[in-house]
Amino acid sequence: MQFALLIYESAEAFESRKSDGTDAYTGAWRAYYKAMIEAGVYIGGDPLEVPETGTTIKITEEKRGVQDGPYADTKEQLGGFTILELPSLDEALEWAARCPAAAYGAVEVRPLAPQTKRRIVE
Amino acid sequence: MNGVGEEVTHRTVERVARESYGRLVAYLSVHTHDLAGAEDALSEALLKALTAWPRDGVPQNPEAWLLTTARHSLIDFFRHQRVASASEPDLQIFARSSTEAAMETNYPDERLKLLFVCAHSAIDPAMHTPLMLQAVLGLDAVRIGGAFLVQPKTMGQRLVRAKTKIRDGGIRFEVPEKRELPARLDAVLEAIYAAFGIGWDDMAGADQRGRGLAEEAIWLARVLLQLMPGEPEIQGLLALMLHCEARRRARRGPNGRYIPLSEQDPKLWSVPLTEEAERHLAEAFQRGRMGRFQLEAAIQSAHAERARGGRTDWPAIVLFYEQLLRLSPALGTIVSYAAAVAEANGPEAGFAVLEAIKREDAANYQPYWAVRAHILQRLGKTQDAGEAFDRAIGLAEDPAVREFLLQKRG
Repeated sequence: MQFALLIYESAEAFESRKSDGTDAYTGAWRAYYKAMIEAGVYIGGDPLEVPETGTTIKITEEKRGVQDGPYADTKEQLGGFTILELPSLDEALEWAARCPAAAYGAVEVRPLAPQTKRRIVE
Repeated sequence: MNGVGEEVTHRTVERVARESYGRLVAYLSVHTHDLAGAEDALSEALLKALTAWPRDGVPQNPEAWLLTTARHSLIDFFRHQRVASASEPDLQIFARSSTEAAMETNYPDERLKLLFVCAHSAIDPAMHTPLMLQAVLGLDAVRIGGAFLVQPKTMGQRLVRAKTKIRDGGIRFEVPEKRELPARLDAVLEAIYAAFGIGWDDMAGADQRGRGLAEEAIWLARVLLQLMPGEPEIQGLLALMLHCEARRRARRGPNGRYIPLSEQDPKLWSVPLTEEAERHLAEAFQRGRMGRFQLEAAIQSAHAERARGGRTDWPAIVLFYEQLLRLSPALGTIVSYAAAVAEANGPEAGFAVLEAIKREDAANYQPYWAVRAHILQRLGKTQDAGEAFDRAIGLAEDPAVREFLLQKRG
Protein backbone atom coordinates (compact mmCIF):
# COMPACT_ATOMS: atom_id res chain seq x y z
CA MET A 1 0.00 0.00 0.00
CA GLN A 2 1.24 3.46 -0.77
CA PHE A 3 0.84 6.39 1.54
CA ALA A 4 1.60 10.06 1.10
CA LEU A 5 3.02 11.92 4.05
CA LEU A 6 1.95 15.53 3.61
CA ILE A 7 4.44 17.68 5.44
CA TYR A 8 3.09 20.84 7.05
CA GLU A 9 5.78 23.17 8.29
CA SER A 10 5.96 26.21 10.52
CA ALA A 11 7.43 29.54 9.41
CA GLU A 12 10.59 28.71 11.40
CA ALA A 13 10.99 25.41 9.60
CA PHE A 14 10.70 27.21 6.26
CA GLU A 15 13.38 29.63 7.46
CA SER A 16 15.84 26.74 7.67
CA ARG A 17 15.70 26.50 3.87
CA LYS A 18 18.00 29.51 3.84
CA SER A 19 20.74 27.79 5.86
CA ASP A 20 23.80 26.08 4.44
CA GLY A 21 22.47 22.66 5.44
CA THR A 22 24.35 22.35 8.72
CA ASP A 23 21.34 23.25 10.90
CA ALA A 24 19.75 20.58 13.09
CA TYR A 25 16.46 20.46 11.15
CA THR A 26 18.13 19.81 7.81
CA GLY A 27 20.46 17.29 9.48
CA ALA A 28 17.45 15.46 10.90
CA TRP A 29 15.82 15.37 7.45
CA ARG A 30 18.99 13.97 5.88
CA ALA A 31 19.03 11.15 8.46
CA TYR A 32 15.30 10.53 8.10
CA TYR A 33 15.62 10.22 4.33
CA LYS A 34 18.48 7.74 4.74
CA ALA A 35 16.50 5.66 7.22
CA MET A 36 13.57 5.43 4.77
CA ILE A 37 15.89 4.38 1.94
CA GLU A 38 17.62 1.77 4.11
CA ALA A 39 14.26 0.40 5.23
CA GLY A 40 13.25 0.04 1.59
CA VAL A 41 10.00 1.96 2.04
CA TYR A 42 10.78 5.15 0.11
CA ILE A 43 9.02 5.64 -3.23
CA GLY A 44 9.51 9.33 -3.84
CA GLY A 45 8.80 12.83 -2.73
CA ASP A 46 10.02 16.38 -2.82
CA PRO A 47 10.15 19.51 -0.77
CA LEU A 48 8.18 22.49 -2.09
CA GLU A 49 9.38 26.06 -2.31
CA VAL A 50 8.17 28.38 0.48
CA PRO A 51 4.42 29.16 0.53
CA GLU A 52 4.92 32.78 -0.56
CA THR A 53 6.03 31.49 -3.96
CA GLY A 54 2.67 29.82 -4.51
CA THR A 55 -0.02 31.10 -6.86
CA THR A 56 -3.55 29.80 -6.61
CA ILE A 57 -5.97 29.65 -9.53
CA LYS A 58 -9.70 29.26 -9.06
CA ILE A 59 -12.27 29.58 -11.82
CA THR A 60 -15.84 30.36 -10.87
CA GLU A 61 -18.65 31.05 -13.33
CA GLU A 62 -16.44 32.04 -16.20
CA LYS A 63 -14.42 34.27 -13.96
CA ARG A 64 -10.75 33.57 -13.53
CA GLY A 65 -9.41 34.14 -10.08
CA VAL A 66 -5.73 34.35 -9.33
CA GLN A 67 -4.51 34.63 -5.79
CA ASP A 68 -1.02 35.30 -4.48
CA GLY A 69 0.25 32.65 -2.11
CA PRO A 70 -1.05 29.26 -1.05
CA TYR A 71 -4.69 28.13 -1.22
CA ALA A 72 -5.22 27.50 2.49
CA ASP A 73 -4.47 30.26 4.94
CA THR A 74 -3.20 28.20 7.85
CA LYS A 75 -0.42 28.66 10.39
CA GLU A 76 1.47 25.64 9.14
CA GLN A 77 1.80 25.32 5.40
CA LEU A 78 2.35 22.43 3.03
CA GLY A 79 6.11 22.19 2.64
CA GLY A 80 6.53 18.93 0.80
CA PHE A 81 5.45 15.33 0.50
CA THR A 82 6.90 11.87 0.74
CA ILE A 83 5.42 8.71 -0.73
CA LEU A 84 6.07 5.44 1.08
CA GLU A 85 5.26 1.80 0.36
CA LEU A 86 4.14 0.08 3.57
CA PRO A 87 2.01 -2.87 4.63
CA SER A 88 -0.55 -0.82 6.56
CA LEU A 89 -1.50 2.49 8.12
CA ASP A 90 0.09 1.42 11.42
CA GLU A 91 3.57 1.50 9.87
CA ALA A 92 2.78 4.71 8.00
CA LEU A 93 1.89 6.44 11.26
CA GLU A 94 5.17 5.23 12.79
CA TRP A 95 7.16 6.71 9.92
CA ALA A 96 5.15 9.93 10.18
CA ALA A 97 5.99 10.17 13.89
CA ARG A 98 9.69 9.94 13.02
CA CYS A 99 9.42 12.72 10.44
CA PRO A 100 11.32 15.79 11.68
CA ALA A 101 8.36 18.02 10.76
CA ALA A 102 6.05 16.14 13.16
CA ALA A 103 7.68 17.83 16.14
CA TYR A 104 7.54 21.34 14.65
CA GLY A 105 4.56 21.33 12.34
CA ALA A 106 2.33 18.41 11.44
CA VAL A 107 2.40 15.40 9.16
CA GLU A 108 -0.78 14.18 7.53
CA VAL A 109 -0.86 10.58 6.37
CA ARG A 110 -3.10 9.87 3.37
CA PRO A 111 -3.35 6.63 1.42
CA LEU A 112 -2.88 7.04 -2.31
CA ALA A 113 -6.01 6.18 -4.32
CA PRO A 114 -4.87 3.73 -7.02
CA GLN A 115 -8.44 2.75 -7.98
CA THR A 116 -9.40 6.32 -8.67
CA LYS A 117 -6.23 6.70 -10.69
CA ARG A 118 -7.03 3.61 -12.73
CA ARG A 119 -10.46 5.05 -13.58
CA ILE A 120 -8.77 8.18 -14.83
CA VAL A 121 -5.79 6.68 -16.59
CA GLU A 122 -7.53 3.82 -18.41
CA MET B 1 -27.95 26.96 40.41
CA ASN B 2 -25.04 29.37 40.43
CA GLY B 3 -21.69 29.32 38.72
CA VAL B 4 -19.70 28.45 41.81
CA GLY B 5 -22.00 25.58 42.80
CA GLU B 6 -21.84 24.24 39.30
CA GLU B 7 -18.09 24.28 39.34
CA VAL B 8 -17.95 22.50 42.69
CA THR B 9 -20.31 19.86 41.31
CA HIS B 10 -18.20 19.46 38.19
CA ARG B 11 -15.14 18.94 40.31
CA THR B 12 -16.89 16.44 42.56
CA VAL B 13 -18.16 14.48 39.57
CA GLU B 14 -14.68 14.49 38.07
CA ARG B 15 -13.08 13.35 41.32
CA VAL B 16 -15.59 10.56 41.92
CA ALA B 17 -15.29 9.50 38.29
CA ARG B 18 -11.53 9.32 38.52
CA GLU B 19 -11.41 7.46 41.80
CA SER B 20 -14.34 5.12 41.30
CA TYR B 21 -14.56 4.62 37.55
CA GLY B 22 -12.83 1.23 37.39
CA ARG B 23 -14.53 -0.10 40.52
CA LEU B 24 -17.95 0.86 39.17
CA VAL B 25 -17.34 -0.53 35.67
CA ALA B 26 -15.94 -3.74 37.15
CA TYR B 27 -18.88 -4.18 39.46
CA LEU B 28 -21.45 -3.33 36.78
CA SER B 29 -19.95 -5.71 34.22
CA VAL B 30 -18.87 -8.66 36.34
CA HIS B 31 -22.22 -10.50 35.98
CA THR B 32 -23.27 -9.30 32.53
CA HIS B 33 -19.79 -9.47 30.93
CA ASP B 34 -20.94 -6.40 29.02
CA LEU B 35 -18.17 -3.82 29.38
CA ALA B 36 -19.58 -1.42 26.80
CA GLY B 37 -22.99 -1.55 28.48
CA ALA B 38 -21.47 -0.87 31.89
CA GLU B 39 -19.44 2.05 30.52
CA ASP B 40 -22.47 3.53 28.79
CA ALA B 41 -24.58 3.19 31.92
CA LEU B 42 -21.88 4.86 33.99
CA SER B 43 -21.46 7.74 31.51
CA GLU B 44 -25.19 8.26 31.61
CA ALA B 45 -25.12 8.30 35.41
CA LEU B 46 -22.28 10.82 35.38
CA LEU B 47 -24.27 13.04 33.01
CA LYS B 48 -27.32 12.82 35.27
CA ALA B 49 -25.15 13.76 38.24
CA LEU B 50 -24.20 16.98 36.48
CA THR B 51 -27.85 18.11 36.48
CA ALA B 52 -29.10 16.44 39.67
CA TRP B 53 -26.31 17.33 42.08
CA PRO B 54 -26.33 21.12 41.61
CA ARG B 55 -30.14 20.99 42.06
CA ASP B 56 -30.42 18.56 44.97
CA GLY B 57 -26.97 18.87 46.47
CA VAL B 58 -24.12 16.36 46.19
CA PRO B 59 -25.30 13.10 47.76
CA GLN B 60 -23.67 11.87 50.94
CA ASN B 61 -22.22 8.90 49.12
CA PRO B 62 -21.68 10.00 45.50
CA GLU B 63 -20.28 6.63 44.48
CA ALA B 64 -23.35 4.73 45.71
CA TRP B 65 -25.59 7.26 43.92
CA LEU B 66 -23.73 6.68 40.65
CA LEU B 67 -23.90 2.93 41.13
CA THR B 68 -27.64 2.94 41.75
CA THR B 69 -28.31 5.27 38.82
CA ALA B 70 -26.11 3.28 36.45
CA ARG B 71 -27.68 0.02 37.60
CA HIS B 72 -31.16 1.38 36.87
CA SER B 73 -30.26 2.37 33.34
CA LEU B 74 -28.62 -1.04 32.80
CA ILE B 75 -31.76 -2.84 33.95
CA ASP B 76 -33.89 -0.58 31.74
CA PHE B 77 -31.63 -1.36 28.85
CA PHE B 78 -31.98 -5.09 29.43
CA ARG B 79 -35.77 -4.81 29.59
CA HIS B 80 -35.87 -2.86 26.35
CA GLN B 81 -33.65 -5.34 24.67
CA ARG B 82 -35.89 -8.20 25.84
CA VAL B 83 -32.80 -10.23 26.40
CA ALA B 84 -32.76 -13.78 25.18
CA SER B 85 -34.02 -16.11 27.86
CA ALA B 86 -30.56 -17.65 28.16
CA SER B 87 -29.21 -14.53 29.79
CA GLU B 88 -32.21 -13.99 32.09
CA PRO B 89 -30.62 -15.76 35.06
CA ASP B 90 -27.58 -13.52 34.69
CA LEU B 91 -29.73 -10.44 34.79
CA GLN B 92 -31.54 -11.71 37.86
CA ILE B 93 -28.32 -12.38 39.69
CA PHE B 94 -27.15 -8.97 38.69
CA ALA B 95 -30.31 -7.17 39.76
CA ARG B 96 -30.40 -8.98 43.09
CA SER B 97 -26.78 -8.48 43.98
CA SER B 98 -26.96 -4.84 42.94
CA THR B 99 -29.96 -4.21 45.13
CA GLU B 100 -28.08 -5.63 48.05
CA ALA B 101 -25.00 -3.69 47.17
CA ALA B 102 -26.83 -0.41 46.86
CA MET B 103 -27.68 -0.63 50.56
CA GLU B 104 -24.05 -0.94 51.35
CA THR B 105 -21.46 1.66 50.84
CA ASN B 106 -18.89 -1.07 50.45
CA TYR B 107 -19.67 -3.00 47.32
CA PRO B 108 -17.11 -5.63 46.31
CA ASP B 109 -14.05 -4.50 44.38
CA GLU B 110 -14.07 -6.55 41.20
CA ARG B 111 -11.28 -4.69 39.46
CA LEU B 112 -8.88 -7.62 39.69
CA LYS B 113 -11.23 -9.75 37.60
CA LEU B 114 -11.58 -6.87 35.17
CA LEU B 115 -7.79 -6.53 34.80
CA PHE B 116 -7.48 -10.25 34.07
CA VAL B 117 -10.29 -10.03 31.51
CA CYS B 118 -8.62 -7.11 29.71
CA ALA B 119 -5.37 -9.06 29.41
CA HIS B 120 -7.02 -12.38 28.52
CA SER B 121 -5.19 -14.57 26.03
CA ALA B 122 -8.25 -14.66 23.75
CA ILE B 123 -7.93 -10.90 23.22
CA ASP B 124 -5.39 -9.49 20.76
CA PRO B 125 -2.34 -8.61 22.93
CA ALA B 126 -2.14 -5.19 21.26
CA MET B 127 -5.56 -4.41 22.75
CA HIS B 128 -4.78 -5.42 26.36
CA THR B 129 -3.46 -2.01 27.36
CA PRO B 130 -6.09 0.08 25.51
CA LEU B 131 -8.86 -2.01 27.10
CA MET B 132 -7.41 -1.52 30.57
CA LEU B 133 -6.99 2.20 30.09
CA GLN B 134 -10.59 2.51 29.00
CA ALA B 135 -12.35 0.07 31.32
CA VAL B 136 -10.37 0.74 34.50
CA LEU B 137 -9.40 4.39 34.07
CA GLY B 138 -12.08 5.67 31.72
CA LEU B 139 -9.69 7.15 29.12
CA ASP B 140 -11.28 7.84 25.75
CA ALA B 141 -10.25 6.50 22.35
CA VAL B 142 -8.71 9.84 21.34
CA ARG B 143 -6.25 9.81 24.24
CA ILE B 144 -5.49 6.09 23.89
CA GLY B 145 -5.11 6.37 20.10
CA GLY B 146 -2.65 9.23 20.57
CA ALA B 147 -0.53 7.21 22.97
CA PHE B 148 -0.37 4.21 20.63
CA LEU B 149 -0.17 6.09 17.30
CA VAL B 150 -3.49 4.77 16.08
CA GLN B 151 -6.32 6.80 14.54
CA PRO B 152 -8.90 7.55 17.24
CA LYS B 153 -11.68 6.16 15.06
CA THR B 154 -9.76 2.93 14.46
CA MET B 155 -8.89 2.64 18.14
CA GLY B 156 -12.57 3.09 18.99
CA GLN B 157 -13.55 0.30 16.57
CA ARG B 158 -10.87 -2.03 17.92
CA LEU B 159 -12.09 -1.39 21.47
CA VAL B 160 -15.68 -2.13 20.49
CA ARG B 161 -14.60 -5.36 18.80
CA ALA B 162 -12.61 -6.47 21.85
CA LYS B 163 -15.54 -5.73 24.16
CA THR B 164 -17.90 -7.68 21.92
CA LYS B 165 -15.55 -10.62 22.17
CA ILE B 166 -15.48 -10.32 25.95
CA ARG B 167 -19.28 -10.25 26.07
CA ASP B 168 -19.99 -13.01 23.55
CA GLY B 169 -16.83 -15.08 23.63
CA GLY B 170 -17.35 -16.82 26.96
CA ILE B 171 -14.42 -15.13 28.64
CA ARG B 172 -14.86 -15.60 32.36
CA PHE B 173 -14.69 -12.77 34.83
CA GLU B 174 -12.56 -14.45 37.45
CA VAL B 175 -9.22 -14.48 39.14
CA PRO B 176 -7.30 -17.32 37.47
CA GLU B 177 -6.52 -20.49 39.37
CA LYS B 178 -3.09 -20.96 40.87
CA ARG B 179 -1.92 -23.14 38.00
CA GLU B 180 -2.69 -20.47 35.42
CA LEU B 181 -1.90 -17.48 37.55
CA PRO B 182 1.77 -16.77 36.69
CA ALA B 183 1.16 -16.61 32.93
CA ARG B 184 -2.07 -14.65 33.29
CA LEU B 185 -0.52 -12.20 35.72
CA ASP B 186 2.38 -11.74 33.33
CA ALA B 187 -0.01 -10.57 30.62
CA VAL B 188 -1.54 -8.05 33.02
CA LEU B 189 1.90 -6.73 34.00
CA GLU B 190 3.00 -6.50 30.36
CA ALA B 191 -0.11 -4.50 29.53
CA ILE B 192 0.50 -2.06 32.38
CA TYR B 193 4.15 -1.66 31.37
CA ALA B 194 3.10 -1.02 27.78
CA ALA B 195 1.10 1.98 28.98
CA PHE B 196 4.22 3.32 30.64
CA GLY B 197 6.17 3.16 27.40
CA ILE B 198 9.67 1.95 27.15
CA GLY B 199 12.28 3.71 29.22
CA TRP B 200 15.61 3.15 27.54
CA ASP B 201 17.21 5.04 30.32
CA ASP B 202 20.54 3.27 30.36
CA MET B 203 21.27 3.70 26.65
CA ALA B 204 22.42 7.15 25.65
CA GLY B 205 20.53 8.48 22.66
CA ALA B 206 18.01 5.67 22.49
CA ASP B 207 14.63 7.14 21.71
CA GLN B 208 12.39 6.90 24.72
CA ARG B 209 8.92 6.09 23.62
CA GLY B 210 7.07 7.41 26.59
CA ARG B 211 3.39 7.33 25.90
CA GLY B 212 2.41 10.16 28.19
CA LEU B 213 0.60 7.62 30.33
CA ALA B 214 3.26 7.10 33.02
CA GLU B 215 0.96 8.28 35.82
CA GLU B 216 -1.83 6.04 34.61
CA ALA B 217 0.49 3.03 34.44
CA ILE B 218 1.80 3.61 37.96
CA TRP B 219 -1.75 4.01 39.22
CA LEU B 220 -2.75 0.70 37.58
CA ALA B 221 0.23 -1.07 39.16
CA ARG B 222 -0.72 0.35 42.55
CA VAL B 223 -4.31 -0.87 42.14
CA LEU B 224 -3.05 -4.30 41.14
CA LEU B 225 -0.69 -4.48 44.12
CA GLN B 226 -3.48 -3.44 46.45
CA LEU B 227 -5.60 -6.31 45.08
CA MET B 228 -2.74 -8.85 45.17
CA PRO B 229 -0.54 -7.67 48.02
CA GLY B 230 2.96 -9.08 48.28
CA GLU B 231 3.13 -10.39 44.69
CA PRO B 232 6.83 -9.92 43.88
CA GLU B 233 6.54 -9.23 40.15
CA ILE B 234 3.94 -6.53 40.74
CA GLN B 235 6.28 -4.88 43.19
CA GLY B 236 9.10 -5.34 40.68
CA LEU B 237 7.11 -3.59 37.96
CA LEU B 238 6.12 -0.79 40.30
CA ALA B 239 9.75 -0.36 41.42
CA LEU B 240 10.91 -0.26 37.78
CA MET B 241 8.42 2.43 36.81
CA LEU B 242 9.03 4.49 39.95
CA HIS B 243 12.80 4.49 39.31
CA CYS B 244 12.26 5.74 35.76
CA GLU B 245 9.68 8.27 36.91
CA ALA B 246 12.07 9.56 39.61
CA ARG B 247 14.44 10.73 36.86
CA ARG B 248 11.88 12.65 34.84
CA ARG B 249 13.17 16.08 35.85
CA ALA B 250 16.82 15.17 35.28
CA ARG B 251 16.21 13.90 31.75
CA ARG B 252 15.84 17.36 30.25
CA GLY B 253 18.21 20.28 30.58
CA PRO B 254 17.61 23.95 29.90
CA ASN B 255 15.79 24.52 26.57
CA GLY B 256 14.51 20.96 26.69
CA ARG B 257 17.92 19.50 25.89
CA TYR B 258 18.09 15.70 26.22
CA ILE B 259 20.39 14.46 28.98
CA PRO B 260 21.35 10.77 28.95
CA LEU B 261 21.34 8.85 32.23
CA SER B 262 25.12 8.85 32.61
CA GLU B 263 25.20 12.66 32.46
CA GLN B 264 22.17 13.29 34.66
CA ASP B 265 22.59 15.13 37.94
CA PRO B 266 21.48 12.58 40.58
CA LYS B 267 20.48 15.46 42.84
CA LEU B 268 17.58 16.06 40.48
CA TRP B 269 16.23 12.53 40.94
CA SER B 270 13.16 12.40 43.15
CA VAL B 271 14.16 11.02 46.55
CA PRO B 272 10.67 9.89 47.66
CA LEU B 273 10.04 8.02 44.38
CA THR B 274 13.48 6.37 44.46
CA GLU B 275 13.01 5.34 48.10
CA GLU B 276 9.59 3.94 47.38
CA ALA B 277 11.02 1.99 44.45
CA GLU B 278 13.78 0.55 46.63
CA ARG B 279 11.29 -0.44 49.32
CA HIS B 280 9.13 -2.36 46.83
CA LEU B 281 12.14 -4.05 45.29
CA ALA B 282 13.54 -5.12 48.68
CA GLU B 283 10.17 -6.58 49.68
CA ALA B 284 9.89 -8.39 46.35
CA PHE B 285 13.36 -9.93 46.70
CA GLN B 286 12.43 -11.27 50.14
CA ARG B 287 9.83 -13.57 48.56
CA GLY B 288 12.62 -15.38 46.73
CA ARG B 289 10.76 -15.62 43.41
CA MET B 290 12.85 -13.79 40.82
CA GLY B 291 11.17 -12.51 37.68
CA ARG B 292 11.59 -10.26 34.69
CA PHE B 293 10.32 -7.06 36.24
CA GLN B 294 12.33 -7.50 39.44
CA LEU B 295 15.47 -7.88 37.31
CA GLU B 296 14.65 -4.77 35.28
CA ALA B 297 14.03 -2.89 38.50
CA ALA B 298 17.32 -4.19 39.92
CA ILE B 299 19.13 -2.72 36.90
CA GLN B 300 17.51 0.66 37.53
CA SER B 301 18.35 0.33 41.22
CA ALA B 302 22.01 -0.19 40.28
CA HIS B 303 21.88 3.05 38.30
CA ALA B 304 20.26 4.80 41.27
CA GLU B 305 23.34 3.94 43.31
CA ARG B 306 24.90 7.12 41.90
CA ALA B 307 22.47 9.20 43.97
CA ARG B 308 24.00 7.70 47.10
CA GLY B 309 27.45 8.80 46.00
CA GLY B 310 28.37 5.45 44.55
CA ARG B 311 29.51 4.58 41.06
CA THR B 312 27.50 2.69 38.51
CA ASP B 313 28.26 -0.99 39.04
CA TRP B 314 28.37 -2.07 35.38
CA PRO B 315 29.52 -5.67 36.04
CA ALA B 316 26.47 -6.14 38.30
CA ILE B 317 24.21 -4.65 35.61
CA VAL B 318 25.70 -7.07 33.06
CA LEU B 319 24.85 -9.99 35.35
CA PHE B 320 21.26 -8.79 35.76
CA TYR B 321 20.91 -8.54 31.98
CA GLU B 322 22.27 -12.06 31.56
CA GLN B 323 19.60 -13.38 33.94
CA LEU B 324 17.01 -11.31 32.12
CA LEU B 325 18.06 -12.74 28.74
CA ARG B 326 17.60 -16.25 30.08
CA LEU B 327 13.98 -15.35 30.92
CA SER B 328 13.14 -13.47 27.72
CA PRO B 329 15.64 -12.76 24.94
CA ALA B 330 13.78 -9.71 23.59
CA LEU B 331 15.57 -7.49 21.06
CA GLY B 332 15.45 -4.50 23.43
CA THR B 333 17.07 -6.54 26.19
CA ILE B 334 19.92 -7.72 23.93
CA VAL B 335 20.62 -4.16 22.80
CA SER B 336 20.63 -2.88 26.40
CA TYR B 337 22.89 -5.78 27.32
CA ALA B 338 25.34 -4.80 24.55
CA ALA B 339 25.46 -1.24 25.92
CA ALA B 340 26.13 -2.53 29.45
CA VAL B 341 28.81 -4.97 28.24
CA ALA B 342 30.53 -2.12 26.39
CA GLU B 343 30.69 -0.18 29.65
CA ALA B 344 31.82 -3.13 31.77
CA ASN B 345 34.21 -4.94 29.43
CA GLY B 346 35.07 -2.47 26.70
CA PRO B 347 33.60 -1.55 23.31
CA GLU B 348 34.93 -4.67 21.48
CA ALA B 349 32.96 -6.95 23.80
CA GLY B 350 29.85 -4.80 23.43
CA PHE B 351 30.20 -4.79 19.65
CA ALA B 352 30.39 -8.59 19.60
CA VAL B 353 27.00 -8.75 21.36
CA LEU B 354 25.50 -6.41 18.75
CA GLU B 355 26.97 -8.39 15.87
CA ALA B 356 25.09 -11.48 17.03
CA ILE B 357 21.80 -9.70 16.28
CA LYS B 358 20.39 -10.38 12.80
CA ARG B 359 20.54 -7.13 10.87
CA GLU B 360 17.00 -7.46 9.47
CA ASP B 361 15.58 -7.80 12.98
CA ALA B 362 17.05 -4.46 13.95
CA ALA B 363 16.67 -2.55 10.66
CA ASN B 364 14.15 -0.03 12.00
CA TYR B 365 14.94 -0.39 15.68
CA GLN B 366 16.26 2.98 16.84
CA PRO B 367 17.98 1.91 20.11
CA TYR B 368 20.08 -0.64 18.18
CA TRP B 369 21.49 2.09 15.93
CA ALA B 370 22.08 4.49 18.82
CA VAL B 371 24.07 1.90 20.77
CA ARG B 372 25.90 0.76 17.65
CA ALA B 373 26.88 4.35 16.86
CA HIS B 374 28.28 4.96 20.35
CA ILE B 375 30.26 1.72 20.40
CA LEU B 376 31.71 2.29 16.91
CA GLN B 377 32.67 5.79 17.92
CA ARG B 378 34.51 4.45 20.95
CA LEU B 379 36.27 1.97 18.66
CA GLY B 380 37.48 4.88 16.56
CA LYS B 381 35.56 3.74 13.46
CA THR B 382 34.35 7.21 12.61
CA GLN B 383 32.78 6.51 9.25
CA ASP B 384 30.79 3.45 10.35
CA ALA B 385 29.79 5.34 13.48
CA GLY B 386 28.53 8.23 11.35
CA GLU B 387 26.34 5.89 9.33
CA ALA B 388 24.90 4.31 12.47
CA PHE B 389 24.28 7.77 13.96
CA ASP B 390 22.37 8.72 10.82
CA ARG B 391 20.12 5.69 11.15
CA ALA B 392 19.55 6.40 14.86
CA ILE B 393 18.71 10.04 14.08
CA GLY B 394 16.46 9.12 11.17
CA LEU B 395 14.49 6.63 13.26
CA ALA B 396 14.15 8.82 16.36
CA GLU B 397 10.86 10.45 17.23
CA ASP B 398 11.98 12.78 19.97
CA PRO B 399 13.51 15.98 18.53
CA ALA B 400 15.70 16.39 21.64
CA VAL B 401 17.16 12.91 21.13
CA ARG B 402 17.78 13.74 17.46
CA GLU B 403 19.63 16.89 18.38
CA PHE B 404 21.71 15.05 21.00
CA LEU B 405 22.71 12.42 18.45
CA LEU B 406 23.48 15.05 15.81
CA GLN B 407 25.88 16.69 18.24
CA LYS B 408 27.51 13.39 19.23
CA ARG B 409 27.90 12.51 15.58
CA GLY B 410 29.94 15.65 15.05
